Amino acid sequence: MRTAAIVGIGQVAVKEHWETSLRDLAYQAIKEAAKDAGVDNIDALYIGNMLGGELSGQEHLGALISDYCGFNGIEAVRVEAASASGGAALRQGFLSVASGAQDIAVVCGVEQMTDVLQDKVTTGLSLGLDSEYELASGISSTALFAMLTKRYIHEGCCTPEDLAAFCVNAQKNGVGNQYAMFRREVTAEAVLKSPVVADPIRALECPPVCDGAAAVVLAPVETEGNHNQNHDCKYECDTPVKITGSAVATDSIGLDNRKDPLVFESVKKSTQNALAMASKKQEDIDFYELHDLFPIAAALSLEASGFAKKGEGALLGRNGDIALDGTIPVTTMGGCKARGNPVGACGVYQAAEAALQLRGEAGKNQIECSTGMIQCIGGTAATAITHIMEV
Amino acid sequence: MEISRNWRLKNQRYRLEGTTCTCGQKSFPPRRICPKCRENPQHTVQFSGRGHVYSYTTVHEAPEGFEEYVPYSVALIQLEEGPLVSAQLTDVDPEEVSIGMKVEMVTRKLKEQGDTGLIVYGYKFRPVLRC
Repeated sequence: MRTAAIVGIGQVAVKEHWETSLRDLAYQAIKEAAKDAGVDNIDALYIGNMLGGELSGQEHLGALISDYCGFNGIEAVRVEAASASGGAALRQGFLSVASGAQDIAVVCGVEQMTDVLQDKVTTGLSLGLDSEYELASGISSTALFAMLTKRYIHEGCCTPEDLAAFCVNAQKNGVGNQYAMFRREVTAEAVLKSPVVADPIRALECPPVCDGAAAVVLAPVETEGNHNQNHDCKYECDTPVKITGSAVATDSIGLDNRKDPLVFESVKKSTQNALAMASKKQEDIDFYELHDLFPIAAALSLEASGFAKKGEGALLGRNGDIALDGTIPVTTMGGCKARGNPVGACGVYQAAEAALQLRGEAGKNQIECSTGMIQCIGGTAATAITHIMEV
Repeated sequence: MEISRNWRLKNQRYRLEGTTCTCGQKSFPPRRICPKCRENPQHTVQFSGRGHVYSYTTVHEAPEGFEEYVPYSVALIQLEEGPLVSAQLTDVDPEEVSIGMKVEMVTRKLKEQGDTGLIVYGYKFRPVLRC
């Protein structure tokens, strides 16, 4: 395999895009990314999207978006893995370029969620669960994470205050991200006083329903072995961000089918495999863009990824280890909580944000770094997709 | 109408039918291949329906079809045979629920699909009745 790198990024500000359609959101992100990379032509397009069919009434996004963006004729498909769809699309783009099958690939995550009412969004977000056994009993994704949170607290692993620290940190980091939906700080008191959505999860612990799109351009670092005769594999990028590790792992779709629901085995496996591929260890990771669907997901991901012992993930929040100047900064550009969670796009936003950090273009949120890890989880971590990025 | 989709699940919804494996693994919902040892085939078993609350919450923002029932309690139930089951709790106030509470399965209406649609029945769990 050859080394694939992110050579261009594009992000659309996450918010309620009532005046912009799904295809236009994708277009804006792809246009920015292509401009950033200095490429006019691309060979393949991978779309990360979870709910196009359910919420926008539109499937077949590969054909739709490639044509709309002026790339009629190229390889283009949508990739779906619930809330990990963006990471799954990145994985396909990576494989495509690293294998030599394609030279210039664009990965675009796009999601439009605010066209419909809340109950439809709640249902949509819960389609990544076991629909015959979880959703059929009226159990939503939020309810499952609430039950994980309750059990985690019950086992003495943390207090609600410890978990609120993840929201405080994310919102603080969101202030410095021009693409974030929420650019204001919150206090732990405000989080803990906000209305209960599913006990013990409160409103300010939930990622906002929103629209967004992000794109990255992938290209080989070495241009030898470029077999595409149609155009030169050229791009303009001073700091290519290499993808040196990439791994997907799965677990039972039902949370109730896990030996210990508080252990995200998929996260553990995909982290181990991605790190091994990149020849890295946890201590080599300068920052970790984890998938903070809820604070409990952040705490359990830190544990499963090996940054904390079992039952001690939330302590990293309490002790400030997750801050920009901490030992393992997470959600450095605001994460799902502040940037927003346009579900299927999330994994690609993570890739763009990590690229900004590694290029040294993260502005006020800049941390000293040369290696980052991004990770998104689908459903209740029935899928986990991890990428290691380096400059 | 989704009649066949619901009909196919009758043995699980009404009888809590799962599978056991010669290795001792017990599964709900039923499986073709043992998730622990990959043995095939699996043997059908009806679970007792007795267990305790592993964790629980109260749903305020319901998925479609459940809006009229909010707030309602849901739980992960650890059956006395071992497997966890995701289900609604019934016949109990949300504030009376606690982790470890003993519960038993009952058959209840899960949802109605409008005035002319299906009425879907299935398992819920209630606190064990004291006699």
